[in-house]
Amino acid sequence: MAAVDTPPIVTARRDLADSHTLARYLDTGGYRGLRQALTMHPEAVAAEVDAASLLGRGGAGFPAGRKWSMLRKAPISYLVVNGDESEPATFKDHYLVERDPHQLVEGVVIAAYALQVTQAFIFLRGEFALGLERVQQAINEAYEHGALGRNIFGSGFSVDLVVHPGAGAYICGEETALLEALEGKRGFPRIKPPFFPAVTGLYGEPTVVNNVETMSNLPWIVLNGGAAFAALGGGRSTGTRMFALSGRVNRPGVYEIEMVKNTFRDLIFDDRLGGGIPGGHELRAFIPGGVSAPWFGPEHLDMVLGQDEVGAAGSMLGSGSIVVMDDTTCVVRAAWRITKFFSRESCGQCTPCREGSGWVERILYRLEHGGGRTEDVDVLLDLCDNISPGLNWPPQQTTICVLGPSIPSSITSAISRFRDDFYAHVQHGSCPHE
Amino acid sequence: MTYFRSDIRQRAEELVSLYPRRRSAMLPLLHLAQEQDGYLSDAGMAEVAELTGTTPAEVRGTAAFYDMFHLEPVGRYVVGVCTNIACLLAGGEDLLEHARRTLGCEVGHTSADGLFTLEETECLADCNIAPAVQVNHRYVHATTPEELDRLVEDLRAGRRDHDIPPHGTLIRVRRSGGLRVGAAELAEERAQARAEREAREAAASEAS
Amino acid sequence: MSEPISITLNGRVVAARPGELLIEAAEHAGVFIPRFCYHPRMEPVGVCRMCLVEVESPRGSTLQPSCFVRVNDGMVVRTDSDKTKKAQDGVLEFLLANHPLDCPVCDKGGECPLQDQTLAHGSGETRFIEEKRHFVKPVEIGPLVLLDRERCIQCSRCTRFAAQVAGDAQIDFAGRGDLIEVATSPTQPFDSVFSGNTVQICPVGALTARPYRFTARPWDLAQVESTCTTCAVGCRVAVQSSGNRLTRVLGVDSDAVNHGWLCDKGRFTLDAIDGHADRADPLDPRARITTPLVRRDGGLVPTTWGDALARAAALLRAPGPDGVGAIGGAALTNEGAFAWQQVVRDVLGSPHLDAQYGDGLDPTLVQSLPAATIDDAAAARVVVTLTGDLREELPVMFLRLREGVAAGRTALIELASGPSALRSLARVVIPVVPGEAADIASALVDAARPAGADAVSAARELLGDGEGVVVVVGRPNLAEHPGIAERAALRLATGLPKARFLVALRRGNVRGALDMGLAAQWRPGRVYDASARGRDTLAQLDALRRGEQSAVLLLGADLVGNVLDRQGAAAALEAAAVVAVTGHGSPTLAYADVVLPAHVQHERSGTVTNLEGRVSAVVAKISAPGAAWSDVTIAAELATELGQALDYDTAEAAAAVIERTTGYPAHTVLTSASIDGVVAGTGATSSRRVLDPIAFPGIRSADAVGLASFAGDTLSLDVEADARGNVVPALAQVAIAEVTVPPLDAYAWRVLVARRLYDHGAALAASPALAELRVPLTLGLHPTDADRLGLASGDEVAVRGVARRTALRVRIDEGLPRGVVSLDGATGTFDGDDILADVIEEGATVAQVRLETR
Ligand SMILES: Cc1cc2nc3c(=O)[nH]c(=O)nc-3n(C[C@H](O)[C@H](O)[C@H](O)COP(=O)(O)O)c2cc1C
Ligand code: SF4
Ligand code: FES
Repeated sequence: MAAVDTPPIVTARRDLADSHTLARYLDTGGYRGLRQALTMHPEAVAAEVDAASLLGRGGAGFPAGRKWSMLRKAPISYLVVNGDESEPATFKDHYLVERDPHQLVEGVVIAAYALQVTQAFIFLRGEFALGLERVQQAINEAYEHGALGRNIFGSGFSVDLVVHPGAGAYICGEETALLEALEGKRGFPRIKPPFFPAVTGLYGEPTVVNNVETMSNLPWIVLNGGAAFAALGGGRSTGTRMFALSGRVNRPGVYEIEMVKNTFRDLIFDDRLGGGIPGGHELRAFIPGGVSAPWFGPEHLDMVLGQDEVGAAGSMLGSGSIVVMDDTTCVVRAAWRITKFFSRESCGQCTPCREGSGWVERILYRLEHGGGRTEDVDVLLDLCDNISPGLNWPPQQTTICVLGPSIPSSITSAISRFRDDFYAHVQHGSCPHE
Repeated sequence: MTYFRSDIRQRAEELVSLYPRRRSAMLPLLHLAQEQDGYLSDAGMAEVAELTGTTPAEVRGTAAFYDMFHLEPVGRYVVGVCTNIACLLAGGEDLLEHARRTLGCEVGHTSADGLFTLEETECLADCNIAPAVQVNHRYVHATTPEELDRLVEDLRAGRRDHDIPPHGTLIRVRRSGGLRVGAAELAEERAQARAEREAREAAASEAS
Repeated sequence: MSEPISITLNGRVVAARPGELLIEAAEHAGVFIPRFCYHPRMEPVGVCRMCLVEVESPRGSTLQPSCFVRVNDGMVVRTDSDKTKKAQDGVLEFLLANHPLDCPVCDKGGECPLQDQTLAHGSGETRFIEEKRHFVKPVEIGPLVLLDRERCIQCSRCTRFAAQVAGDAQIDFAGRGDLIEVATSPTQPFDSVFSGNTVQICPVGALTARPYRFTARPWDLAQVESTCTTCAVGCRVAVQSSGNRLTRVLGVDSDAVNHGWLCDKGRFTLDAIDGHADRADPLDPRARITTPLVRRDGGLVPTTWGDALARAAALLRAPGPDGVGAIGGAALTNEGAFAWQQVVRDVLGSPHLDAQYGDGLDPTLVQSLPAATIDDAAAARVVVTLTGDLREELPVMFLRLREGVAAGRTALIELASGPSALRSLARVVIPVVPGEAADIASALVDAARPAGADAVSAARELLGDGEGVVVVVGRPNLAEHPGIAERAALRLATGLPKARFLVALRRGNVRGALDMGLAAQWRPGRVYDASARGRDTLAQLDALRRGEQSAVLLLGADLVGNVLDRQGAAAALEAAAVVAVTGHGSPTLAYADVVLPAHVQHERSGTVTNLEGRVSAVVAKISAPGAAWSDVTIAAELATELGQALDYDTAEAAAAVIERTTGYPAHTVLTSASIDGVVAGTGATSSRRVLDPIAFPGIRSADAVGLASFAGDTLSLDVEADARGNVVPALAQVAIAEVTVPPLDAYAWRVLVARRLYDHGAALAASPALAELRVPLTLGLHPTDADRLGLASGDEVAVRGVARRTALRVRIDEGLPRGVVSLDGATGTFDGDDILADVIEEGATVAQVRLETR
């Protein structure tokens, strides 16, 4: 039975049409978390976040509290919020910035206070025109309200917050590419080490980068305590989480549910959530955490939505987006389209990613359009192996960032699960499933 | 004399002042240049180079990295149809094909009347209302051929002018509040805050 | 030095330097890791991924880019494992996927690492059957460089060079993913004076140089290592020829000097040497002088060497020792300079020698300032520049200085006479109006001056007592009396006792010529002769006009084109017996009575000495056309004709005499292949490390070039003799003419004439590749001044100087001080307007003009 009754944390205002306004935000408890935080020692605020064991919601799932405490040893210069949200089928931050921008702003100010940072940026995907306007409006209102700017709520703490629009490049979600874009350059991910922007981030200074959803959880955590958050969910996966469900389901959408208490079956089939597959079709496969993740099949439906559980099964919960494919889906076409995405979005620095993605995309296109050869399937696998040696999960890297090793995921998933589909394409020039 | 209109120039200078380093204003400034011309003209990019302290080649190179910047003129409305995985599964390719016929232009091209440019986009993060469509980066929720045709009619008739500005105008809400102290003062404040914090921490560690 | 550490490389324990890049550590241990994007003179970026190697870690082995990873003690690395091999082969296959494989028609074919790698490791058969990326080809991205985009492997060497090394990102990547391409802005071509370096470091044939494109195949080329003598930096080069035709010059990496870089003038003017064999008019700088000429019936006619030498000897001997003198010599080798000074000083008995044309600095000052090397300046705490724009004057030294300044290691104080490419990086900029340099120098060292918030105070604070300070001093303004810059240098030297100086003289081997005694008070080996009383160039011209001197030996062609007062020079030569030794034609030869054809750059061997005093070898690559001889031979034959034979007649023999009699290491440098970087002849056999084998297939690069023994010697201020026994004048005794600068006049504009790389001199005129790039003659004005006069860029304005009124086009130049006009493109007047003679008054300490606007 799905645990959908847990009260939502970040989508609590989902039924209110004017949830983005300051007035509505204030009468639904807005900025109380910030007022509370400002009465605490900054370290105590950080300690609550640590106690909450809040895993970053951007994809890598690194605990926010730990990231901060690692950093607090050195003074941090900048806080940067990652709202680039361009991972295919991920649309939770889109919801948050349009529907609850004040919650985000409040979270950012709380984090800035905990980290004692006086300059923060929200990097928002450029295609979010409405989101950009809503967040800017919220920032304007927050300044007016005294929740942002100099001497916030009379506490003596000041922080400036600037919204920075992206301009259409998926790679800017990668945090070091994002910093490059924030420095006014093209979004080339920086070579590691250093592994964390914490060491050399924006302008070479220590910088914390966190996701929009991560930030949006902070007002609740401060108000209710880290322990209350950690009491939800289980294991390392605490609290609730927003899952973006799409593809072949009756009710695609963002659902905030408690971690670990629900299975993929709950999410996809429960009537209050995904509501099952249209036309009663059979599930063939699903992507458990964004297109970088290896695919799951029907045998994984009863796995709980937990970071470690999914990780142990050879994939990842990543950005929390689940895409459902059913028996009307051509998996070759699905793999091709995802690969085309990576090929278009490769920044172009690393040879294996730049050239490899284009090459495998063209082979898949040929296969899908009836020009395939039997040997193409093995060539695909070998090329994937050259991009990410070993083809195992977590992937090995020949590239600067993990976009490169994300390329093989869908290809090797599709081939290992549906190799016959590929051969059918070669033989018949079309898909037996469509 | 600047190439930017005076109001755009003023906003541009405000933007530059928001960042610790002026090159950081590159993307917002390019959006502004696009707001003036609908695309990135050579003169617009030259002015951005001047404002950001970079070379024209760097501005062009940076701009060309990003899909939202157009180095050639585009239509008044840039229509983007998503065909990425979630939208693919919801018929995005068919909708794109329909848009091609309705607008009378190929993907990546502009209609003869100069009104529409059609683009095939990557995921627009609106996968629950699939296939996702944007016009000038506004979500329009036109998932069926009929809805799309109606939208195009409305655009032609100017009935969407209130919520869909011409291409290039991205953020209509201007920053109104803020510290507005400029990069130098912010840095000073940051340094001061840091010094105070370090003093506090030193005191705390001495006490313990 | 920190303790060496050890790493295990392919099962073998080898030593490495802590913090060293793995790719370098492996190379030192004799293991070459393939690479494309890595360049030893630029920050590693690790993008091509060709250099992936297997590195052991506690969590298993991973593939790491060896160009980016630094070694640590105990590191275990495999460059020969299956895993490494598969990764590298994979990258190579990916690189070839979109590559056109048009090697047979590609300039890089035969010296292309991509081609080499493919032949060595490629599977032979391509698995790539898709359509390749296709571009319209090729694009002319600048006047000298073409781009074939489909050959590009996106290594970013060229764009990084432009942005990081040259500091001017005229090219940058545009696009994303596999559509990424190198591009310029439509509003700004790639016309950097360093553009040729991008061609040299491009690992494939994507960037090609217009002058070299399709002219040769690498396997037809023979090459020698030599030294560029286009300017006084003395960059190390490889000179290549196909048969007896020069085809290409490449920069060789020398730690001490050029780090592998060259400027485009040094790289591309080689076409001036044999590009115009067909031109016969000796007054045309594009002509080569291939046979001795004598004046007969008003014209120059060919004759035999015997006849020419006899006539020359007669002309030079006739007036007696005080009536003859020599001018020029900065383009000679040290051996040539030595031989000629011996002819003049010992054979003819004349003390009148000057290697400069009155546009340099006092030789005694040059030799006495406490000396710094280029390395010293590049690593200094503070650098002061009292020069023109170094990028225009001494381009590769600009690159060397820029590196430290851009990295924030060096604080730059600019005494700014005019625009400068270093300006945006300077810590302190003090505008210098013509005539004021010495006063500003005084203020900088005036202990009594109260501190303030101005630029001078900020500079004083940085300068301290001169510890860690290097002053680069040259002639920032040719339109002011040299005494102004000289006095400024002297004041800084006495006021900053710990500072050292790098004298930025510009002509090729001017420092060598001074060291070899082509200056009245300086004998070979930097020996000062206080009793000598000789005339410098301007004094000789004066004496010629007054009839006190009646014969002159011109060492190098173009005296008239190089002095400011051309008419005065012409009048002087008109009256005199003129013997010219030269390889090129020039307008000056209109006054010559005998012309002796000499070898030029790349036709002669010997040594040269760069501006810091570093001696290095030049090596002949081709044989000279016609009957030309080397300067040493000509001097020796002329001496014989004059009745006093020299005891050498080849460069090597001359070098031996120089070294034996003065200790100057000419012979060691010329003959020694065992000294690092000094390679005579074609056998580059010394065991030097290969710095950038990609850019430089088959050529070894140098660790240290030339002998540093004479470079940067700090000569004592007070003692009478230095360690080598050379007599050195105390700085306080350096006699510099007292100059009085007239007060500023509200109606007059002070004139700046600065040197430009692409000037109107003979070298550019003679180079088909560069001739079109000569900067046009314009009048520079500060924007505020232009506004005040109501002038815009491109407007015409009348300039009234001493002689006549000339109309010039206005060019707005933010780099100028207020109240100053610059005559840009006015130097070297082969084909230009003779503007300098008109506006610059003879003998004036500063030049002033009036502007007439309507
Ligand atoms: C190719 C790539 C794309 C990414 N895109 C996003 C994104 O759109 N939004 C995001 O928050 N994180 C994204 N990430 C993860 C970020 O690099 C970073 O881990 C995250 O912003 C940290 O925030 P968190 O700790 O709050 O999750 C991406 C990473 C990669 C490698
Ligand atoms: S892996 Fe791909 S996206 Fe990531 S840095 Fe390399 S080329 Fe760019
Ligand atoms: S990645 Fe190391 S040489 Fe290119």
